[in-house]
Order: sequence, then C-alpha cells, then structure tokens
Amino acid sequence: MPAIQMLGITKRFDPVLANDHVDFSLEPGEIHALLGENGAGKTTLMRILYGLYHADEGEILVDGQLAHITSPKEAITLGIGMVAQHFTLVPSLSVAENVVLGYTRGLGFDPLAAQQNVAEAAARFGIKTDPAALVRHLSVGERQRIEILKALYRNARVLIMDEPTSVLVPQEVNVLFETLERLRAAGLSVIFISHKLNEVMAVCDRITVLRQGRVVGTVDKTETSQAELACMMVGRETFGVVRHGEHPQGQVRLRLDHLNALDNKGLPALKQVSLEVQAGEILCIAGVSGNGQAELARVLAGTLKPAEGRILVEDQDLTGSDPSRFLAAGVGRIPEERHEGTIGELSVAENMVLERLDDFTRNGLLDRNLIRRHGEQLIAEYQIKAQPTDRMRTLSGGNIQKVVLARALSGKPRFLVASQPTRGLDVGATEYVRSKLLEQRDQGVAVLLISEDLDEVLALADRIAVIYEGRIVGVIPTQEASLEQLGLMMSGACPQGAARGGNS
Amino acid sequence: MEVLLIGLLAATLRVATPLILGTLGELFAERAGILNLGIEGTMFCGAFVGFVVGGATGNLWFGVLAAIVSGIFAGLLMGLMSVRLGVSQHVSGLGITLLLTGLSLFGFRLIYGEPRIPPSIQPFTKLSILGQVPILGEILGQYALTYIALALVPVCWWVLYRTNFGLQIRAVGENPEAADAAGVNVFLTRYLALAIAGGLMAAGGAFLSLAQLGAFTYGIIAGRGWVCIALIIFANWQPVRVLWGALLFGGVFALQLRLQTLGLKLPYEAFLALPYLVTIAALAVAGRNATYPAALLKAYKRE
Ligand SMILES: Nc1ncnc2c1ncn2[C@@H]1O[C@H](COP(=O)(O)OP(=O)(O)OP(=O)(O)O)[C@@H](O)[C@H]1O
Ligand SMILES: [Mg+2]
Repeated sequence: MPAIQMLGITKRFDPVLANDHVDFSLEPGEIHALLGENGAGKTTLMRILYGLYHADEGEILVDGQLAHITSPKEAITLGIGMVAQHFTLVPSLSVAENVVLGYTRGLGFDPLAAQQNVAEAAARFGIKTDPAALVRHLSVGERQRIEILKALYRNARVLIMDEPTSVLVPQEVNVLFETLERLRAAGLSVIFISHKLNEVMAVCDRITVLRQGRVVGTVDKTETSQAELACMMVGRETFGVVRHGEHPQGQVRLRLDHLNALDNKGLPALKQVSLEVQAGEILCIAGVSGNGQAELARVLAGTLKPAEGRILVEDQDLTGSDPSRFLAAGVGRIPEERHEGTIGELSVAENMVLERLDDFTRNGLLDRNLIRRHGEQLIAEYQIKAQPTDRMRTLSGGNIQKVVLARALSGKPRFLVASQPTRGLDVGATEYVRSKLLEQRDQGVAVLLISEDLDEVLALADRIAVIYEGRIVGVIPTQEASLEQLGLMMSGACPQGAARGGNS
Repeated sequence: MEVLLIGLLAATLRVATPLILGTLGELFAERAGILNLGIEGTMFCGAFVGFVVGGATGNLWFGVLAAIVSGIFAGLLMGLMSVRLGVSQHVSGLGITLLLTGLSLFGFRLIYGEPRIPPSIQPFTKLSILGQVPILGEILGQYALTYIALALVPVCWWVLYRTNFGLQIRAVGENPEAADAAGVNVFLTRYLALAIAGGLMAAGGAFLSLAQLGAFTYGIIAGRGWVCIALIIFANWQPVRVLWGALLFGGVFALQLRLQTLGLKLPYEAFLALPYLVTIAALAVAGRNATYPAALLKAYKRE
C-alpha cells in the first residue's frame, strides 16, 4: 500500500492553474523525485500535502486512509515532515528550541532538557549538530540538517525536501545523500525536488515530472535517462549553451587593487584580492562557497566597505562609495540571495525599477503608468510567468530570478556582477540565463560571474580565478583549465596556479 | 537631604508601578509580533472600570479584577482586528485607544454626570513592611499592587523563557511561517499573548485610580501608555530591562516633582518635560542596537 496517494489534486491561484488534476503516489521506503520547470507546481503540490495550502479539488490518502490535512500540525500527526525551499527556522532561537517548537507537552520548558533530548535524537539519526547554538549563527548546510532533524524528531515517516541541494556545496550534498540513504534503509519515504538531473538519477528510485501543473509521467530510474527527463520537463530537447570565439583584448572595466575586507564577524574574508575584468569577457570566480565570494559580491555592490585596497570602475575610484554610486557608474548586479534582492510585498513591476527610481519619476512623483509599461515589456522580453501587479513573493523561484536578471540588464550595465545566477533554476531557465550572460559578454559588457558549479564555470568563462580562504590562488584561461586542476585549486591543495599571478 | 532622598525613592517605585505593568503587557504583545497601540486606551479603560467596580462593590480588589477582565477583552478585540482580519496594527491599535477612551468617558457621564470635582473613593492603603524601621520602612511602605508589579517581572521572564507557551510566543513574533510549519497555532498564540497584554495594561490603569489617586479624572493616564511604548524599546524586549526602564523614568519623574518645590525660577512645564526628555535621550542611546521582534507589524496569512 502506498504511503501517500494524492488523487486529482487541483489548485488555482487566479489566473494560474498551479496544479491541474495531479495524481501522485509514494511507496514506503522509496526516494521519489519531483521534477519540473520553475513554476510547474512542485512546491504548491507539496504545500498542499503539508497542509499549508488547501486543494480546490482532489483527495489525499495516507497509508490508504482518507486524510483531511488542513494545517501542518495535522500533517505532522500523520507522520509527514517538510524541509521547505526557504528554511522555516526561527533565527533568534537555539537549535534545540527550534527542533522542539510546537512539539512539546505540558507547561514548563526546560532548555537544558530540550538540548539533551535533541542531542539524543541527533545522535540516533546520525546528524551532527550543537543543540545550544543559535540558528542565526549556523551555515546553510547546518540549518538544513536542523530542518531534517526537526521532521525526524516529530516521527516523520514521509519527508518532503523542496530543492534541498540548491543551497548546498558539493561536500554537503554528499552528506545529505548519505543521510537520505540511511533514512530509506530505515523504511522512510522521501519526496525529493531538484532541478539537477544528475542528482535525481543518483539517489531517486522513481521520478514524477510536472509541466504547467500537470503530470507528464512517472518513470522508474532504471528505465530512463537524463536526456529523456529533460525532454519531459521542457517539452523539447535541450542542448546547453556555448561560448563563441575568444574575446579580443578589451579595455579594463574593473580593477581591484589589493583589496582586504572583513566579514560580519569581523574576521578577514578577502585578503589582498587583485583582479581585472575587461570589456567583453566573462571572468569567473570559482570556489567552494564561503571562501569570500559573498563578501566580494557585497564589496562590488557597495554594501560592504573594504578595509584596505581600491576599487576602480573604468578609472573611477569607487572605494567606500554607496550602492547608488556603483549603480550610477554602470555596475549591474544579480545578487546571490534573490529574496534579499527583491521586496516580497511590492509588485513585480515595482521591483523591476527599484534600482533606478529616478528614471521613473516625473515632477517628484513615481510615474505608475511608465512603471507598469516597463514591467509588461520586461515580462514579455524575459518570458516571466507573472503579471506586473503580482506581489513578488507569490512568484516561483525561477521567475524571481528572471525578474532580478531583467532588472539588472535593463539598466544597461557596463560591468555586471552575477552571483550564483542559476542556482535553483530549471534546465530551460538555466540555459536562458547563461545565454543572456553570454549575450552581455558579446555586447562588450565586462562580466564577473561568481559560481561554484564547475560545469557552468567551464561553459561560460573566458578566464577563471579560483578563490580559496579569501585569496585568489590563481587566474587561468579556460582553455588551459581542467576539472581536476580546478578542483585541486579550490580545495587549496594546488598552489602552482598562483605562480601565474593575479593579473594574467 | 535625607528626607528628600527617601521620599524620592518611595515615589520612584510608585510612579514606576503602572509603567512596569503596562510595559510588561506591551512586551507580551510585541514579542508575539503585535504592536499594541491600544495600550493608552486600555489603561484608561482599566482605570475607569476598576474605579467603578471597586467603588460599587466596596472591594477594591474586585475593581482590579474587573479592570483586568476589561483589558483582556480589549486585547482580544485587538486580536480580532490585527490577527484575524489583518488590519494594519497601527490603525487597529489607535482605533482601540480612541474607542476605549470614548466608551469610558461615555460610561463616566452616564454614572457620574459632569461633577465639578472628580469623584473619589477610599484608595488602597500602603502596606507596612518594616514599618518601624526608620528609612527602609518608609521606602518599602508601598501599595500591594507595586509589589505585585515587581514580582511580575521575574514571572514574565519565566513565562517567556521557561514555558512552552513562551517559546511559542517568541517564535511567532520572530518568524510566524516557521512557527506554523512547526505545528504552532500562530493565531491562537497571538490571541493569548494579546489577552495577557491587555490584562496587564488595564491593571496598570487600575493602579492609578484605585491606589495612587483614589479618584478618576479625564487625564488620569496622561500619556503613560505611550511612555510604555518607548520603554519597551529601551528595554530591548527583555522583561528585566523593563524594570530598569520603568525605574529610570519613575526616578526622573519623582525628581522633577521635588525640583518643582525648590522654587527655581523656571516655568513648571520645563520640569514636567524632564522625564520625557530623559526618555528620548535614553531611547536614542539604547534604541540604536534595538533588536525588534522580526515579525513585528506583519500580519500572518496562510493563503
Ligand atoms: N501564494 C501564491 N499566490 C499566487 N500564485 C502562486 C502562489 N504560490 C504559487 N503561485 C503560482 O503557482 C505556480 C506554481 O508555483 P510553484 O511555486 O508551485 O512552482 P515550482 O514548481 O515550485 O517552481 P520552482 O522550481 O521555481 O520552485 C507559479 O506560477 C506561481 O507563480
Ligand atoms: Mg518550488
């Protein structure tokens, strides 16, 4: 008997039909992948299963029993746990408090006893954590483990994981997969949402593909291939993007001169970083995340003042300037955390003009019509599935990223900083964003791409700068780079790249 | 000099009492994510209801109890508007202050008409703790409600940090989505927090009419509710710091009363303004690293 059966689930968010008579079933002890483009309705389906949304039609059976799930509390009672796409943890509370929250009995709360319980549970499930630590101080990977622990602590038999790997570095992905294998061996079922086909093929038993709210099909891993899955998702074959031609020696658009910067905790995050980015090239910063990339992006956005060194954009010294001066100097940016780059309560059209309100102001007032027309135009141009008046927070992850991209490029930047621009995007959208970045390069924009996806780095970069512990350990032209060498440099084990110097 | 100092300390505790109660109330509301600007009206209502019931029954404690009940209703009304209906917290809070002030005044007219001198009752008497001991006896000779208010500071700390309910309040005020996903009833938690908040605020109002003044006047609250809103920021939403904030304000207030009697050649309004100026200065210093409950002012909806 299936652990979960969802029959004929329909959910409408006027005017979008997010789920259209979806049938889905999950066997005990299987890892079942849910695939689909951005906005296909995966998260919506899972939120219905977890009681966060109510289906307009259809029914859910848990262990063969008809279940009316109207709140997460009921889902939890039925043994369903969910690790959401955006973590649902309270940053100001401790790990233990987060884990036991909502799952306590009686009046009193004893922090030490809670920590003890959580430590025991963590040991039982083989999850490493410090129960007394504040969640605010944890890394993304650690937070995710807390989310898993939270579900397991509530005796979950079914674990929903919404794009768990999109926020993890490769090592953490491996740890996650080991955890999932262990859970499967213990008889748990996992619903695994991901855009990365290789991951899906690596851990999942069966795969269900959604397209525009409808089920395209459910297939066995053994009977399919990555190419077939991609085709099912997008409805056409995908080919990936290619970089054409070597860029001619261009004018230097950005020069970083012995830059030092501190992170939030006051520790050195960037050490003596010197770089040049030329017009018409893509320079990739490759590295395992957490090695100073976030700080580099913030320094280039003007939100983090460097402790030492200089930032020159086309010979204009922007060291210590405000974000608005960076924008005025022609710096476009695609921030890493898209929820920080957008404002959920504002409309799509408003978010699209946030960075250059002056251009949309007439007589000191915002020109609403102009903003709406601008929004409509970008939505059409970038094929965003949204209306200009939609609130930003109702968009799916991929569409949010497209809005950010559209905003950055509509400002006609001369120098573009893109941080992890394809993280969490589906195959088609990834291809689209990459082709847009190459288009910018071909138009003579200097592009600094921060990425930890080596396939992406090799496909897009003209030159690759590897960052390790805040230092640029080497800059190499892409033709001379190999996966092995990059991997070694990224782990700090191969200093010979450094001999080539920081200013090739 | 000594007499002056003893009087000052005794007055500090007295002035601080309604502020402690009101600010602890606001603390519960705000830690749950609701800015309750209904505080001024809730205190006024508490002062009025306490006065009427205390006077009518002849038992002042019944008055306090009735005031608390009225405050709980005021809190639930705030919940209906801001939690259930998702009305802006500023609008619903100010609306409740206007409503309760109006209702209380209306009730006052019905019962007392328009008397030329405010109606009064025999107020609570001060406890005589260590009554014979010279200095300490005078300082500690406070109303029972003052001691209750002081005792409530650790009690509120305990509720917030050592009960499951308190954990839920803190979670709901920081990240209601997370609390909801963890199985916490966000709406119920916020209602309960607002009910407790209203009860505490109204008790603060009742202290003024039943203990400090023994009378009811139109200006009885005189902006103390708004002072509580400032004190909560000064206290950085920590129960124990609420106490320090209230004592600081109470101390300066008591001081300016005594300064007025020294016959300095300054208009008395200057003295009256002193505690508020100190509040603003203290806020400017303490408020800069204030860590607001992250979900404050945000209505929670699940779609
Ligand atoms: N709360 C909401 N209000 C309005 N529309 C919504 C809401 N939630 C989702 N949608 C819409 O429903 C559709 C499906 O969204 P959903 O988040 O389920 O997609 P997804 O498959 O999870 O995509 P992604 O891979 O980008 O996360 C999208 O068009 C989205 O805009
Ligand atoms: Mg999703």
